[in-house]
Amino acid sequence: MTAKDKILYFLYLHRTGLTVTAFAAFVLVFPLVEDNPYTLGLTNLIALYALVVLGLNLFIGYAGQISLGHAAFFGLGAYGSAIATTAFNLPPWPAMALVAALVALVALVVGLPALRLHGHYLAMATLGCNIVVYTVLVQWHPVTGGHSGFSGIPPLALGDFVFDEEGRFHYLVWSFTLLALLASLNLVRSGVGRGLAALAADETAAACLGVDVRSAKVKVFVLSAVFASLAGSLFAHCYGFVSPDSFGIFRSVDFVIMVVLGGLGSIWGSLFGAALVTLLPEWIEVFDTYKDLIHGLILVLILMFLPQGLITGLADLLKQRLALYRRRLESRDADA
Amino acid sequence: MLTLEGLSKNFGGLPALQEVSFRLRGGDITALIGPNGAGKSTLINCITGVLAPSAGRVDFLGRDLTGLPAHEVTRSGIARTFQNLRIFPRLSVLDNVLCGLTLEAGRSFFSAMLRLPPLRHRERRLRLRALEALDRFSLADKAAWPAGILAYGDRKRLEMARAFVGEPQLVLLDEPVAGLNAAETAAVGREIVRLKSEGHTLLLVEHDMDLVMSIADQVVVLDSGRCIARGTPAEVQRNPLVLEAYLGRMEPTA
Ligand SMILES: Nc1ncnc2c1ncn2[C@@H]1O[C@H](COP(=O)(O)OP(=O)(O)OP(=O)(O)O)[C@@H](O)[C@H]1O
Ligand SMILES: [Mg+2]
Repeated sequence: MTAKDKILYFLYLHRTGLTVTAFAAFVLVFPLVEDNPYTLGLTNLIALYALVVLGLNLFIGYAGQISLGHAAFFGLGAYGSAIATTAFNLPPWPAMALVAALVALVALVVGLPALRLHGHYLAMATLGCNIVVYTVLVQWHPVTGGHSGFSGIPPLALGDFVFDEEGRFHYLVWSFTLLALLASLNLVRSGVGRGLAALAADETAAACLGVDVRSAKVKVFVLSAVFASLAGSLFAHCYGFVSPDSFGIFRSVDFVIMVVLGGLGSIWGSLFGAALVTLLPEWIEVFDTYKDLIHGLILVLILMFLPQGLITGLADLLKQRLALYRRRLESRDADA
Repeated sequence: MLTLEGLSKNFGGLPALQEVSFRLRGGDITALIGPNGAGKSTLINCITGVLAPSAGRVDFLGRDLTGLPAHEVTRSGIARTFQNLRIFPRLSVLDNVLCGLTLEAGRSFFSAMLRLPPLRHRERRLRLRALEALDRFSLADKAAWPAGILAYGDRKRLEMARAFVGEPQLVLLDEPVAGLNAAETAAVGREIVRLKSEGHTLLLVEHDMDLVMSIADQVVVLDSGRCIARGTPAEVQRNPLVLEAYLGRMEPTA
């Protein structure tokens, strides 16, 4: 091998790690270039949503399941951290871990029966779960503050460095999102990830190859709930305020739209989907006014024409065309 | 190696298998034949845990597999292919075969997410083995293709590659040459003989009698869910019950 080949091979071998490193470097310098708090506020929100969407994409996109209830786990994370740090005066970091563990438990209890269901039934079950959580948040006034929510949640801090303004949040939330990104990318490149993709395509075939279908589904559901819970905790600490309206079923649907726009099973696409849905209303006025209508329309159109979601759908199409084209070339060579 | 004792399966009261008993010897090719609807696929499904048998016992290497879920059966060393192809069309050809190595790839979400060097090396080893398997089924040049665009014959071979890559102790092939042309059938036949010579044990469901008679060590004949004959190919060919099952069935349709 020449030196050039070696470098190219190294780049190829570590392409995922290198891309993530490059992206991390970009995130690192971003606040130096762009210090407008409003813009940073938006990118922070993107990071928070992306954290949820990464997990949800593993569950929906990779494992081929459906959840219309992930805002519930997002909300449980947020309220959990909020209540633990205000009412119980727990320090924020341990509270965050504790809440994530509790949410994992909730997801396990919900997932064990619900994941026996498929398709519409699973969608309804998760939707129902979201509605229950939302109703509790609204009704359990003494603890949750009811409709108006409550404020005064302390910010997170590392020693004396308090994450109390957008520039600092930036590093906090993006660290989490980047770690989740790396973990997700690793997961899908492993046997576990292939097992999830296999069970999404054909549960019987996957089981006959040794995939424990039930347990894999439950595990990925719990994992996605933990991601959502962490995002929720960060949300509560960043804004210092929570109210039930951030965690209703429409937020769940938004998450699904982000997954679908990013492409089912596309990890990087999750970032794209989260960014697009967050930014579009900023860029174009109508998106803001008719948000729910347009979101619904996007969802229907994409699922009609690109059932794999926008990015993955286009990529699949491209891959297939390329391979078919090569196949045709080869058969022409063989004939000649 | 594999012993079936009085295996029965009812679908809503209708018997698809009735008291089927036979045993497979290690290193043999056993052919399972019978007219359409005889229950051959149902038998394979009952062995592999896709269906739970209504009665009877499946014993594999001294272990009772009856009623175990499919992934547990696979874990004990049994692999299979499907009559109606079940490849994963969106995954690449290589990833399809890698799915056949699920048992060796590890189940832990944690270690998968961390992807520490041991896992990385294991992945690389598995990838090499998958490529080797693709090579022996002449699919290596298509490794990067999405499996969905493969031609029918290639898909059949991909399923075989996926079943064999994990070095299972027993492989159940449900009609591996159905729908293939003569040349492809002969090629698959040669591959099966080669696998046997390497010590694999196979159970083969097949309608192609020439193939069955030329490669099987033992033939088991099912008719309407009953095991009506078993023996060497020559014995079975002379068995009047078998002739009746095949010929008797043909008269009304012919
Ligand atoms: N899931 C099922 N539910 C109800 N009946 C079934 C089911 N699967 C198979 N059967 C019935 O059981 C009988 C045996 O079917 P099976 O598929 O095992 O036959 P086979 O021998 O594999 O036939 P072929 O040669 O056509 O593949 C058939 O009458 C079929 O209709
Ligand atoms: Mg059959």
